[in-house]
Amino acid sequence: MGVIKVENLKLTYGTGTSFEKTALSDVSFEIEKGEFVGVIGHTGSGKSTLVQLLNGLLKPTEGKVFLNGKDIWAEPKKIREVRFKVGMVFQYPEYQLFEETVEKDIAFGPKNMGLPEEEIRERVRSAAEFVGLKEELMKKSPFDLSGGEKRRAAIAGVIAMDPDVLILDEPTAGLDPLGRDALLSQIRSYHQVRKNTVMLVSHSMEDIARIADRILVMNKGKKEMLDTASAVFSKGEELEKMGLRVPQITKLMMLLRGQGIPVSTDILTVEQGFSEIVSQLSV
Amino acid sequence: MVRDITLGQYMPGRSIVHRLDARSKILMLLAIIVFIFIANNYMALMLITLSSLLVVLLTKISFRLYLKSMKVILIVVVFTGIINLFYGNGQVLWEWQFIRITEGGVNNAVFVTIRIAALVLVSSVLTFTTSPTDLTDAIERLLKPLKIFHIKVHEIAMMMTIALRFIPVLLEETDKIMNAQKARGADMESGGLLKRLKALIPVLIPLFVSAFRRANDLAMAMECRCYNGGKGRTRMRVLHFSMLDLWASIFLLAVFAGVILCNIYFPATVR
Repeated sequence: MGVIKVENLKLTYGTGTSFEKTALSDVSFEIEKGEFVGVIGHTGSGKSTLVQLLNGLLKPTEGKVFLNGKDIWAEPKKIREVRFKVGMVFQYPEYQLFEETVEKDIAFGPKNMGLPEEEIRERVRSAAEFVGLKEELMKKSPFDLSGGEKRRAAIAGVIAMDPDVLILDEPTAGLDPLGRDALLSQIRSYHQVRKNTVMLVSHSMEDIARIADRILVMNKGKKEMLDTASAVFSKGEELEKMGLRVPQITKLMMLLRGQGIPVSTDILTVEQGFSEIVSQLSV
Repeated sequence: MVRDITLGQYMPGRSIVHRLDARSKILMLLAIIVFIFIANNYMALMLITLSSLLVVLLTKISFRLYLKSMKVILIVVVFTGIINLFYGNGQVLWEWQFIRITEGGVNNAVFVTIRIAALVLVSSVLTFTTSPTDLTDAIERLLKPLKIFHIKVHEIAMMMTIALRFIPVLLEETDKIMNAQKARGADMESGGLLKRLKALIPVLIPLFVSAFRRANDLAMAMECRCYNGGKGRTRMRVLHFSMLDLWASIFLLAVFAGVILCNIYFPATVR
């Protein structure tokens, strides 16, 4: 049984007015526990709407969301429990920081869960470690941090709730390349250590290709594909029609192959590409 | 959601009313408000209401939207109507212990209700048919004489423009921050007043921080484009009085004359 399962999800905004708009229709899929799923799609494809449905911030017009086999809207009063189990990191999460110290801000989620003081402290410490926030920053005001540090503090605030599913919406947007690589590898190590499910929404095909087990492709409010990275990126043409593209290295391999060089096109990272080309040259 | 607010929203269009000069629209609104309070009998009030309805028709905006903007102040209308019911004198219509409803009271109540409804209606015509930029532009021009008293008219108008411009932005921001805090388990829907106020802190602090950040960015962007106040500043769109404005003023004068005549020839129902 999957940790998250959705059935025929449909969401319409502004029902009954002239602004009626269907943001999502007929989306069904299942995500297994411990999976790392990448979500890609053109702007306005319904990615953000979809992830907000998964943690109960939006209520589907039709269809159901199951978390660990239970319909999350079966008891609307208990929707907060769902939000603790499906942690959501929004785009530019640094704008939600508000407490006096970084430590207190990270503790906001666990405190809302009603955990004992001792456990909160432990969770804050380990969450800060996962995102690489240094000890001496913890007593500072979150507004005195640098942009990248703020981003990490905000992500730690969600990790500290120890959710079953962690959803990150464009966590690397606006970071420099070094900061982006560091954050992505921290998210990966979080996934490996905690063995939790992670969903990553991103515009960067390179990031997604490197990190995700499976990729969910959204287009015009519908689920287009949900498959392994190599299966999804082998359909380059279809992706391009949706305004997406394959990682540059995969594209390069495809071009080489088109030139008659028998390289594998099942290549997702620069490292793989490098060794593939080297092995071709040494033949 | 916080976004569903329709009080005083601009509805783009090309109707006669839309094309009137914003300055004359403001002055005419003020005039009609004065007429509404001068009118002291049903005939005069009916004349004003009918001519307002005619203007509403001319805007070519669905009447539903006007009703929607009236819904917001419905409580105020009903409340003042009911209060007025118990005041006034004249023939007693209904009595129960200390409560007395008189003919004068009923007249007062009906009158006040129609007056407020008409006020909202004509004000909506102004805000529905005039874009916020035109509106502040017009206010700036109309307040120009105040410069003699060293009042910084241009700066006030600019502040109004900016404030209006940022209302939707801040509403959207509030929505976003609320969602982010809800995702961390913030509970904003239950508990007593004090608990709810406290629950607003995680929303208000980031909202203020971002408002200041935006203000800073905006000030920087304006300075980069050499903004230094109203002195010597020309306009991209200059407001023009046209024949249309003349016809509108004539219409208004006719209504005014009608109201005065009604006041003279019919007995006053309210003082």
